[in-house]
Amino acid sequence: MERIHSETRVVQTEARLKALFLQGLEGDGVAYHQFLKQLSVQLRGFLRKRLFGWPDDVEDLVQETLIAVHDKRHTWRLGEPLTPWVHAIARYKVIDLLRARAVREALNDPLDDEQEIFASAETAETEARRDLGRLLSELPDRQRLPIVHVKLEGLSVLEAARLTGMSESAVKIGVHRGLKALAAKIRGNG
Amino acid sequence: MKTDDLVSLLATDLRPVAANASLHRFSAAMAVGGLVAALAMATGFGVRADLAVLALTPMFWVKLAFPGVLAAAALVIAMRLSLPGRLLGGAWVGIAVPVLLVWAMGLAALLNAPAAEREGLLLGASWRSCSLSIAMVSSPVFIAVMWAMKDLAPTRLRLAGAAGGLLAGAVGAFVYAFHCPEMAAPFLGIWYALGMAIPALAGGLLGPRLLRW
Repeated sequence: MERIHSETRVVQTEARLKALFLQGLEGDGVAYHQFLKQLSVQLRGFLRKRLFGWPDDVEDLVQETLIAVHDKRHTWRLGEPLTPWVHAIARYKVIDLLRARAVREALNDPLDDEQEIFASAETAETEARRDLGRLLSELPDRQRLPIVHVKLEGLSVLEAARLTGMSESAVKIGVHRGLKALAAKIRGNG
Repeated sequence: MKTDDLVSLLATDLRPVAANASLHRFSAAMAVGGLVAALAMATGFGVRADLAVLALTPMFWVKLAFPGVLAAAALVIAMRLSLPGRLLGGAWVGIAVPVLLVWAMGLAALLNAPAAEREGLLLGASWRSCSLSIAMVSSPVFIAVMWAMKDLAPTRLRLAGAAGGLLAGAVGAFVYAFHCPEMAAPFLGIWYALGMAIPALAGGLLGPRLLRW
């Protein structure tokens, strides 16, 4: 009974996430935001089970996997299910982490059941140890300020431009380049 | 920073992704790598002058088909290994079949030849340089393939590196065939196979380092 329930849940999650992801690929930022948000819940559940011994690493790896999914979203082929794709990425990131620590054999739960990726959800988030705030502070002002104003404080591009004395296009470029630099820093420090 | 903030950051300024964008860069890399390899072969080694006559001999086509089929199979395998969640399936058959066929042809040729000619069939005139030349000609393709694969998302790095290396080696052998004077199946089965195996091995060894993302 429980297995059947969990299977329908997996199918539903696949359908819901895939629809949002598809919209995101077309450039719909709102749908994509929803996709990442819901995906992070699934990933947290999945990774928490796999990284039972290292609860501190879970949130770091959730973030790293989200960045990987985002960076590699062009490798998903139209018409394919999302589940095996996300699972392969998450699995790769877990193995990468475990290999880095040379404790691969200590894995307490097999990683090979791809249905599992959408089978456990976990909303409660612990703070990532990697301090993104500190990484952000390492960015140059022309990238940091646009991100802080536009993304974290929720100002419009126009308001951020007035506040910083930058042009609107400079603010947009700053956000874009800053995000790339931030992602690179996160990966570098992983 | 919390994960929710990261999610917001990633969803900002979102650009649309073209369907099958993954294929475009790969094809571009293959085209550039293949072109550079062909130019390097033509200027470094030189194209055979008797191509018009050669085109009438079946063995010339075997010499092209062997690396050609291997390149196609390696391309399929490298592509599957570069996209997360793709299964390999029976694609490896595309590597085994041409190799076994050429070996069978080589064995038949050896058995049918008088004992005194067998050494010539095996070693030809260029066995010393053939494999290394193929590996050299394949090197621009090797660089291009690894660059393109890293942009995708291989999850089994050693295997993906080996498949990409084999792809480069097969393209290199195909290009080198336009220079190579040898026309015997036993020679192909050994020295061409070895020449293609060198970049495949290099890809397997370097894969974890070159393809990590």
